[in-house]
Amino acid sequence: MDIFSMTALETGKAIKDGKITAVEATKQVLDSAESKNDKINAYITICREKALAQAEEVQKKIESGELTSPLAGVPIAIKDNICTKGIKTTCASRILGDFTPVYNATVMEKLNNAGMITVGKLNMDEFAMGSTSETSYYGAVHNPWDLNKVTGGSSGGSASSVAGKMSLVTLGSDTGGSIRQPASYCGVTGFKPTYGTVSRFGLIAYASSLDQIGPIGKDASDCASIMDIISGKDSMDGTSLDIDYPEYLSSLTGDVKGIKIGIPKEWYNNKGLDSEVAEKTRKVAEVLEKAGAVVEEISLPFAEYAIPAYYIIATAEASSNLSRFDGVKYGFRAENYSSLVDMYNATRSEGFGKEVKKRILLGTFVLSSGYYDAYYRKALKVKAVIKKNFDEIFSEYDLILCPTAPTTAPEIGKSLSNPLAMYLSDVFTVSANIAGLPGISMPCGFDKNGMPIGVQLMGQALADTKVLNTAYAYQQMTDYHKQEVK
Amino acid sequence: MDWEIVMGLEVHVELATKTKIFCSCTTEFGGAPNTHCCPVCTGMPGTLPILNKQVLEYAVRAGLALNCDITRYNKFDRKNYFYPDLPKAYQISQLYLPFAQNGHVDLKTKSGKDVTIRIHEIHMEEDAGKLVHSMFGDATYPDYNRCGVPLIEIVSEPDFRETEEVIAYLAKLKSTFEYLGISDCKMEQGSMRADVNLSVRPKGSKEFGTRTEMKNINSFKSIERAIAFESKRQIALLESGERVIQETRRWDENKGKTFAMRSKENAQDYRYFPEPDIPPVSISEEEIQHYISICPEFADAKAKRYVSDFGLSEEDAGIIAGSKYFAQLFEKTVELCNDPSEVRYWIMTQILYFMNERNVQPEDIKLAPEKFAQFVNIVKAGRINRQVGKTVFENMFFGSDDFDIEKFIKDNELEQVDDSELISKTVQNIIESNPKAVEQYKSGQTKIVGFFIGQVMKQLKGKANPASVNKAVNDALENLKED
Amino acid sequence: MQITNELVSYVANLSRIKLDENEISEMQSQMSEIVNYMDILNQLDTENIEPLSHIFNITNVMRDDEVRDSYEREEILKNAPAHTEEAFIVPKTVD
Repeated sequence: MDIFSMTALETGKAIKDGKITAVEATKQVLDSAESKNDKINAYITICREKALAQAEEVQKKIESGELTSPLAGVPIAIKDNICTKGIKTTCASRILGDFTPVYNATVMEKLNNAGMITVGKLNMDEFAMGSTSETSYYGAVHNPWDLNKVTGGSSGGSASSVAGKMSLVTLGSDTGGSIRQPASYCGVTGFKPTYGTVSRFGLIAYASSLDQIGPIGKDASDCASIMDIISGKDSMDGTSLDIDYPEYLSSLTGDVKGIKIGIPKEWYNNKGLDSEVAEKTRKVAEVLEKAGAVVEEISLPFAEYAIPAYYIIATAEASSNLSRFDGVKYGFRAENYSSLVDMYNATRSEGFGKEVKKRILLGTFVLSSGYYDAYYRKALKVKAVIKKNFDEIFSEYDLILCPTAPTTAPEIGKSLSNPLAMYLSDVFTVSANIAGLPGISMPCGFDKNGMPIGVQLMGQALADTKVLNTAYAYQQMTDYHKQEVK
Repeated sequence: MDWEIVMGLEVHVELATKTKIFCSCTTEFGGAPNTHCCPVCTGMPGTLPILNKQVLEYAVRAGLALNCDITRYNKFDRKNYFYPDLPKAYQISQLYLPFAQNGHVDLKTKSGKDVTIRIHEIHMEEDAGKLVHSMFGDATYPDYNRCGVPLIEIVSEPDFRETEEVIAYLAKLKSTFEYLGISDCKMEQGSMRADVNLSVRPKGSKEFGTRTEMKNINSFKSIERAIAFESKRQIALLESGERVIQETRRWDENKGKTFAMRSKENAQDYRYFPEPDIPPVSISEEEIQHYISICPEFADAKAKRYVSDFGLSEEDAGIIAGSKYFAQLFEKTVELCNDPSEVRYWIMTQILYFMNERNVQPEDIKLAPEKFAQFVNIVKAGRINRQVGKTVFENMFFGSDDFDIEKFIKDNELEQVDDSELISKTVQNIIESNPKAVEQYKSGQTKIVGFFIGQVMKQLKGKANPASVNKAVNDALENLKED
Repeated sequence: MQITNELVSYVANLSRIKLDENEISEMQSQMSEIVNYMDILNQLDTENIEPLSHIFNITNVMRDDEVRDSYEREEILKNAPAHTEEAFIVPKTVD
């Protein structure tokens, strides 16, 4: 039985039905991951022994009826910025060295309790800073659809491993589009939940007010079933929301009748927007309309300010969050230094990559004396404007539909040399992070080169199931998400 | 030229919560290095802070006690700097919306002057770790046990002009926080630390001079010395035509001098910004009313009451009420024995003596009020006199919990002698064996009476009732005159 | 806003990141481009708008003051690049 022909949920059912064991499923994923990693570089760490031992234990508990989650026994791979107790966690950075956490992220505790098997840690942009997954200290991740193309980022390993049949479902993190954009480039489904619905405890922070963990999988059902496991109030995360959490999977009805969808017209006037991407994403609206949704053009005039506001807030928080990497408590320390300050300087200069250093400097700049009001404080005001803008839209509309990214995946090596252009490619995704909104990216076609195109649906805060259900409805009517890399 | 010293204080006070401000590790003082630590307080990646409820309560109650406006909606901010005692490389503190502002403290100084010190603000923050330096070699060993111990920082306005005001202010803070039970304020253990901002200016001048900030002052005594040194240093600079540099200076207790701190040389740019990991904290009117309603009686009110209810002098009342531990002992003992004047006597003489001479701290007093009252009753009943009482008190004070006063008196035969026959027999003995003194007395040197009394007391091993001895000696001498 | 080499050096020093001359000028040009782009925010009038730091209006997330076991010291120290049995090791700090 080839589990790669199935979704994670189908695999879970096959395990429950005794058609395949958790150990067999885990072996298949491990074998495939190990054999393809040379080419795709999706994994930084593959933990065969640990995974197999875990699978054996889980299999027993499934058989004894102790584990009943629909995903019990299903292998999962984890972005390498999520702390895994006893498994090296690198953030794709040299500075974390051989850091092996002595604690689990809350999401890891939850996955373990549900009986999911951790097969390994996924490659990414260093400290989740990037839109291409090229800034990893462990080398760029390659797009399975075309190995010369990037996977998008920062959760490149999380998306490419699903597309490349090196994993069934994964966790990523999304600070400015880092789940949705690589999902789009790799032709898979990636969901960024409402800020605060998935605990950030154990997620190595890039920008604390924007970061959110979420699933990447083959379809919306897999994402919803992961959300059932990882969401919830956590006493270890002060920003975790204390609400009645929905049952994500069981709210997927496929019914979109009467759902009001807005298409922001300014976004389609974006200069960088590829015409094929524009066309294919608009077609999604037509499909949903046929199923009973109401689609209208809307105006989101303040969205163009989202990118500068995003980069100010994200880099400011990053400059502070990444200060703890100083060669004292964990990770890498430079070999040659003459004093304490010299040790800090050498460690951080040798330990961080160029993109990370640039963002630390930018963040330090926007917070520094004399510039705080003009940049950081200004950005927080713009954030208030953007939130208000969204609140107004969502008082009338249920969802916003737009492209996930302006283009399909660019070639490896073409983006980093022009950082501003790379930052601008986050144009459609960052505003969901600024406003804390849920968003999903799913495949909706291919460009002339056969590269996947992704469409994004965004909802009001806490409308996560509405977003997932609409994606589910679309996937019931189409089969773009079932297309496989040849 | 006459100079005036201008000072402002930044006082850090460790709050006596059981756990740290953002994690559940113990705040217990001491402990082997790095054993009161977890991933949160050692700044491991991905960990997040959760505010300790008790910290907020203690902080707000401190703010109310210092007459501050309580900020109803306050936030935490990050203060960013690199140092090995700060594992996250930022300290979670409050800059933009501190929880308390615009307070004041009324003081009476040792010389009896009334002074009001304004409080600019109080904020909550986390303590840093401790750096242990190698004796030889070039290593420092960070110990993170203290990381995350909750602090409040009380920032005064530059309202101090004299050292005794600073001392009175710190004593007042200590007393107030002791009564609230929110800190033990031990300067020697670092649970209360004062940084002194000091400048000097010609007397009468309205402008402030350039100030320095003195750190690392860890006792009341060093504060006096540090202020004396630093003000002299600044005055000497100005008088020789040089200028004072605005800088942070470390007080060196052994050398008795302040030194410019190298690490603070660069003007700091702390890049404060709102802490994204901690949602804002709101404090309701009900909470504030509740804290006001459970506010204990503080030193000033107590002292007034001691004067009016118990007839104590203002000075004695001030000293006893100034320490929660004195006051508790005093009030409970008086309640049990109903003799405030006798209880006052033993506190003001013996206990203060122990404090000065034997380095006893008020909070270390173990003496139970029940025992103290029993002792007072024995003295009052005339069973021992005050002279012998001192010995008993000392043994009781430093003795163990099961110290038995009665047994001690019996074993050492300390019971007061009030046997008039024995006393008059002893008086006769002394008179007979000191004919010279008798002559002196007869010739009108009445002061010699004291000599006879002393001799009689000595003969009776100090246990005689002094009043009875006094009377017997006088009577006997009068009789001699008549002869 | 003009980003100068001096400003780059200043923030690099605050960030404890050492840059050589080439890196400074490369950073200077890239940061200039990005910061200039950020300046479009000035087109937006935000005079009467309060800065928004926390997106959702939640307050008072607190825990009870109950002691839990700390970690074993070995676990706290084991990821450190230099440590003794009881503490981290750093170059001597001087004040």
